[in-house]
Amino acid sequence: MKKKNNILKKLANKAYEFGFVSKIKTEIIESGLNEEIIRLISKKKNEPEWLLEFRLTAYRHWQTMPMPTWAHLNIPPIDYQAISYYADPLKKNKENSNKEIDPELMKTFEKLGIPLEERLALSGTAVDAVMDSVSVKTTFKEELKEKGIIFCSMSEAVQEYPDLVRKYLGSVVNYRDNFFAALNTAVFSDGSFVYIPKGVRCPMELSTYFRINAANTGQFERTLIVADDNSYVSYLEGCTAPMRDENQLHAAIVEIIVNDNAEVKYSTVQNWYPGDAEGKGGVYNFVTKRGDCRGHGSKLSWTQVETGSAITWKYPSCILRGDNSQGEFYSVALTNNYQQADTGTKMIHLGKNTKSTIISKGISAGKSQNSYRGLVRVSKNADGARNYSQCDSLLLGNECGAHTFPYMDIHNNGAVIEHEATTSKISEEQLFYCNQRGIGTEEAIGLIVNGYAKEVLNKLPMEFAIEAQKLLSVSLEGAVG
Amino acid sequence: MDCVQEYIELFENNRTLIDGPCCKKLNEEREKAFVRFKTEGFPGLKDENWRHTNVAKKFATNFGMDLGRKSATSNIKGSFTCDVPNLKTYKGYVLNDNFVADENNRLLPEGVIIGSINEIAALHPELIGKHYNSLAEKGDSTVQFNTSFAQECMVLYVPKNVVIEETVQIIALLQTNVEILTNRRLLVIMEENSHASLLLCDHSATERESLSTSVTEIFIGRGASLNLYELEETTDSNTRLGNLFVRQEHDSRFNHCNITLTNGFTRNYVEVVLDGEGAETNINGLAIGDKMQHIDNRTLVDHRKGHCTSNELYKYILDENSTGVFSGKMLIRTVAQQTVSQQTNRNLCLTSCAHMYAQPQLEIYADDVKCSHGSTVGQLDENALFYMQQRGIPAEEARHLLMYAFAGEVIDNIKLEALRERLHILVEKRFRGELNHCKGCNLCK
Amino acid sequence: MENLLEIRNLHATIDGKEILKGINLTVKAGEVHAIMGPNGSGKSTLSNVLVGHPAYTVTEGEIIYKGKNLLELAPEDRSHEGLFLSFQYPVEIPGVSITNFMRAAINAKREYLGQEPMNATEFLKMMREKRALVNLDSKLANRSVNEGFSGGEKKRNEIFQMAMLEPTLSILDETDSGLDIDALRIVAEGVNKLKRDDTSSLVITHYQRLLDYIKPDIVHILYNGKIVKTAGPELVMELEERGYDWIKNEN
Repeated sequence: MKKKNNILKKLANKAYEFGFVSKIKTEIIESGLNEEIIRLISKKKNEPEWLLEFRLTAYRHWQTMPMPTWAHLNIPPIDYQAISYYADPLKKNKENSNKEIDPELMKTFEKLGIPLEERLALSGTAVDAVMDSVSVKTTFKEELKEKGIIFCSMSEAVQEYPDLVRKYLGSVVNYRDNFFAALNTAVFSDGSFVYIPKGVRCPMELSTYFRINAANTGQFERTLIVADDNSYVSYLEGCTAPMRDENQLHAAIVEIIVNDNAEVKYSTVQNWYPGDAEGKGGVYNFVTKRGDCRGHGSKLSWTQVETGSAITWKYPSCILRGDNSQGEFYSVALTNNYQQADTGTKMIHLGKNTKSTIISKGISAGKSQNSYRGLVRVSKNADGARNYSQCDSLLLGNECGAHTFPYMDIHNNGAVIEHEATTSKISEEQLFYCNQRGIGTEEAIGLIVNGYAKEVLNKLPMEFAIEAQKLLSVSLEGAVG
Repeated sequence: MDCVQEYIELFENNRTLIDGPCCKKLNEEREKAFVRFKTEGFPGLKDENWRHTNVAKKFATNFGMDLGRKSATSNIKGSFTCDVPNLKTYKGYVLNDNFVADENNRLLPEGVIIGSINEIAALHPELIGKHYNSLAEKGDSTVQFNTSFAQECMVLYVPKNVVIEETVQIIALLQTNVEILTNRRLLVIMEENSHASLLLCDHSATERESLSTSVTEIFIGRGASLNLYELEETTDSNTRLGNLFVRQEHDSRFNHCNITLTNGFTRNYVEVVLDGEGAETNINGLAIGDKMQHIDNRTLVDHRKGHCTSNELYKYILDENSTGVFSGKMLIRTVAQQTVSQQTNRNLCLTSCAHMYAQPQLEIYADDVKCSHGSTVGQLDENALFYMQQRGIPAEEARHLLMYAFAGEVIDNIKLEALRERLHILVEKRFRGELNHCKGCNLCK
Repeated sequence: MENLLEIRNLHATIDGKEILKGINLTVKAGEVHAIMGPNGSGKSTLSNVLVGHPAYTVTEGEIIYKGKNLLELAPEDRSHEGLFLSFQYPVEIPGVSITNFMRAAINAKREYLGQEPMNATEFLKMMREKRALVNLDSKLANRSVNEGFSGGEKKRNEIFQMAMLEPTLSILDETDSGLDIDALRIVAEGVNKLKRDDTSSLVITHYQRLLDYIKPDIVHILYNGKIVKTAGPELVMELEERGYDWIKNEN
């Protein structure tokens, strides 16, 4: 059995594929956080007064809050004054108010495999690309507009659709919700805004790519999706960041409103730079994602493949307010080397006959720590609530940890709640069986891990699923010892 | 906050009275524990481990403590029996928090010691010095509270290779006409290859509000085995704060079952450390709640060595306005390869006012392990109920049958047949509401 | 005929315990050899050592396969070179469908041989053809490898994979164990259909019943880590009548 360990240890650690830094002229405001900086951000974005007030209120509240410590994470102290809260990779031409896209920037997104030109776009996917703090390009906007669908950057939405933004912004995630939500509300820079009108099925996948490029900056994007009655949208989100020795902070908020009989699918492939094999560098991914299934019969489905980030703190949640509403959470979280992840979901059953499903697949390798943390709450009036949770962990190597922390708070006797969890490893016999059939050890691990994660990967749109599969294999190279 | 200060003052003003009847070891540990209690106070709801159990509030009652050891003079043996039919037992009695041994204990196998720590410490100072408070030392502030005020500790010592065939039964009774706070301690030392079964029965003969803290420390040596059965059968006015610490060596066995039949407010913490290869632990719990009862069971099984097995089964049946809290953690440390660990938690909520908080947790650092947990919350199966009704069984009766079957799975894990039979009957009576009319002991009825 | 496999003075241990104590065996292209012996004689060890199971250590001797030193090859390369083991206890691989598993195996082999990966249509066609050979249900092919399979299904799955990978030398380790007579017949027929003039088999078994269906050219008796008797097919009948005791007594 010794031999196997040697083989596995010998596997080279494949470098982070998206680790290049773009040489793009970027306007970065000085680091530090105070009311002046917030006023500056707001001014740069030409925001209305109410939005500035919204930010300042959140900032004042944030100052009174301590960093949360309850997660199974070891978070080094973060100097919030050392971060720049605004970085704009678009050159600003004083005479011409139109922003031009730097050719380098186009190249960056091409390297990432994200086509910004419509003619290059994969058929059926509209893309909003966010670099550092700013949305740089949204494709297919016009085509969508014909159907009444709004898909644009948050900054644009503030200017173009102020009433919609004002109505919904902060209505799902209050600035008081948590430390990082307050911080984001104070300094959020850009993100995507989606509005699907009544009765419209969005004909294509909408997708946003996020990338942190500039050094010493944080990314604080804010995404707001509103699906009006009887509408449908599938939204994808992808993330990358360059390799840098220092840690970068990403504290986003995603808010989703789902009205009567509407359905939203939100998929994430998160591949922020995880740090190197010694645990140096990497993105801190502290994200608040929440959907409010307000409408009767509404449905929200979260699918996430989390392979990146040095530290992940993320619980995409569903508030099942409408009767017969449904929430789903499908997650694969992979940690390697010194990565730490504390991720899961909250399913808050408020309406009658609400249903939720949670499938979580954790994969830990190297010296990483991987935790599932999830809450299922059934309130007193949520008659007929149903939840099924399955949380599996796969361990590769004996220096990592896999943890499961489900919380079930049940206040209604009509509820049926089930939770199951298992922990397993890839056995030497399985690997040998694959070897005997001619499949190398590395490939065998990829095959088994993808098989293990299949239930979740199947929920992703096709192109994303293939990407995610590759990502899982690549992220595990050199992982097993 | 204020009540913490009251207890601090009570302690500081009565130090001579508290220390008086106690052996040196008790007083030494008391000193250390009090320092911690003084700084930490009682845990609040913000404490992750106490999210749903507001214990500080319970301490706020103006309780009396028997620091002058007045209850010691009473003799409960004649007036209070607690026999399980067909179960031969050696007995010990705890009245409030004073220990009284039974004479027939002289018939125990040679070398077995059962008695008060204050007497035993004089004869076997090294035994007591080594074990007392060594596991509970790192317990939370409620444990420190107990250690600060405990004046008595019952000790059971079973020497190497000794098997106690009959069950050792300890009957604890609350008897008072004032609001009382008791601090109970139990220390069990099982030497290599020894075996014993221990039955702890908690009773109350008072309707006054009462609070009992208890700390039990158990050492199970190489190859030794212990069955421990705890039965809570008190009244709605009692608060119980139990803390059980177990340390197991190589190839040892521990079978535990805690049954909350009737109690007002229960919090039980069970911590089992598997500190030798091949050790096996089985911890089970059954909680039956109605009215405003509150039952919180928190467990930690700490796998520190490889090749150990742990099984855990906790079931709750919550009726009326009762609240159940279950939080169980399986901790598998890096070296604990080849661990087999399973945790199951099943809960029945019978009314819309019953609340259940369940938190089964796995914390795993070793890769070659088989671990799983499952937790469910649900109701009685409507189809089964209807099926029974169609066969002529009245709805209420059908309900009882299903509840009884649900509870049966836990009771069936009890190794002593006579006790198992008795408990089946008691649980059934409990569901019919017949126990609530009884006073004192129910086992003998 | 050319020597396909030559085992010379092979000694092997597991956990420091010597199981094989000097095996000599030559298999020529096209031959079917049966290796019989009582429990614990080293039959499974021999098959595991041939395919390079990491739990076993070769302490002495050599194995020449197709003129190459087999012991220097990684298990997957031995597979690519045409060595196939039908496992006595096939392992379950949850989540990995047989289709994906076979595609990975076939394409790894093709890569090793410097060929292009097989396209999807071709691959599915091949799957269909080979499945028919062992009556493997098409539903089974979409299930995870061996997960929840009955004993017979597992063995049929092994022979199906053998058909897919078209090995030069196939080793059938106790393929008959746990099979009822119908399953045994299906498995044996599958093996016989796959037999070509240039492929060879090592059939390892405790009982003679599999050899009623798969006719060996040469029969060896393995006892206490050594081959103690080699003869023609008539040896099978002799063993059937006399049992293994006479071998034990002679040695």
